[in-house]
Amino acid sequence: MRGGRKIKGRLDRREAVAALLAPRRDTLVVTGLGAATYDVAAAGDHERNFYLWGAMGGTLALGLGLALAQPEVPVLVVTGDGEMLMGLGSFATLAQQVPGNLTVVILDNGLYGETGQQETHTAGATDLAAVAKACGIADSTTLTTLAEVGTLAARAHAVGKQPTVAVVKIAREDAPRVVPVREGAYNKSRLRVALGLSAD
Amino acid sequence: MLKEFDVRQVPYVPDGGLAELILAVQAEPSMRAISLTTEEEGVALSAGAWLGGQRSALLMQSSGVGNCVNMLSLIKTCRFPFLSLVTMRGEWGEFNPWQVPMGQATPAAFEMMDVQVLRADHPEEVGAVVRAGAKTAYEGGSAVAVLLSQRLIGSKEFVK
Repeated sequence: MRGGRKIKGRLDRREAVAALLAPRRDTLVVTGLGAATYDVAAAGDHERNFYLWGAMGGTLALGLGLALAQPEVPVLVVTGDGEMLMGLGSFATLAQQVPGNLTVVILDNGLYGETGQQETHTAGATDLAAVAKACGIADSTTLTTLAEVGTLAARAHAVGKQPTVAVVKIAREDAPRVVPVREGAYNKSRLRVALGLSAD
Repeated sequence: MLKEFDVRQVPYVPDGGLAELILAVQAEPSMRAISLTTEEEGVALSAGAWLGGQRSALLMQSSGVGNCVNMLSLIKTCRFPFLSLVTMRGEWGEFNPWQVPMGQATPAAFEMMDVQVLRADHPEEVGAVVRAGAKTAYEGGSAVAVLLSQRLIGSKEFVK
């Protein structure tokens, strides 16, 4: 495990994601490449999970397409700050569509964890919740406590009236890698079958 | 024709040659026109739509194809069906030299990511070529781009 600099008061990523997923029933979960994928896998593999191992910058857009196709089912995107920074425009695209069943959670440690802990722009001046809000997503917040994550979780697994973007400030420590399926075609088919669709 | 194939999500970055089609999609209750900030969003969105059981068709200009290259790894790795209708720039009598490099590289950019490239140069063949592309994508499960030549732009038959 690489040692990150501990920032006082920041959440443990695994605890935060476990709390986020605890009330899950039929929610579809899409994960951004890197640690967000491992965090969701660590909370337990699920036939309604779709793990990205690449396609950086595309997680929110993929979640949006899924949410629009399944408007009665809650869709939860869990990604990291670095992945989100590569797809900032998708906040604006999301704000045009306003799906009530999509929640985007950004685990923000200000680091590119996979590539050697280089700082991202959120370690500097960039505030992703403010970016999302300025793009037109009214419900955009930054969370710093486990209680706030619990409140978010209570809403994220139900269909509401508008999308939510929540930036969860997490500590810089790496967590042990939990590696879910990398076979994307299988993962696609597994989720489709779980929705009652054909495998292909 | 997109309606005939039950396409429900139509992500797009606009182009003059797509303007009428975008208006038609916006006016069609069964379809959702989704304005993108950049083309690769549409690749990821198409994958999500298919994951959730809906067909999509990505509309863009050839200049946007290069933006999609890495995102097309999602289509290839997960074997998502994929259809894009691409209006060409940088070929037939192009007045803007900045359009030429990406326009000329468009077929190769798709092909290097294993997206099959079809092309329509004449108004009378557009319907058949788009239909073939849609069948190959949605029914055959492949990734297909239909290039609509610059000669067609402004031609009425070009839309639907």
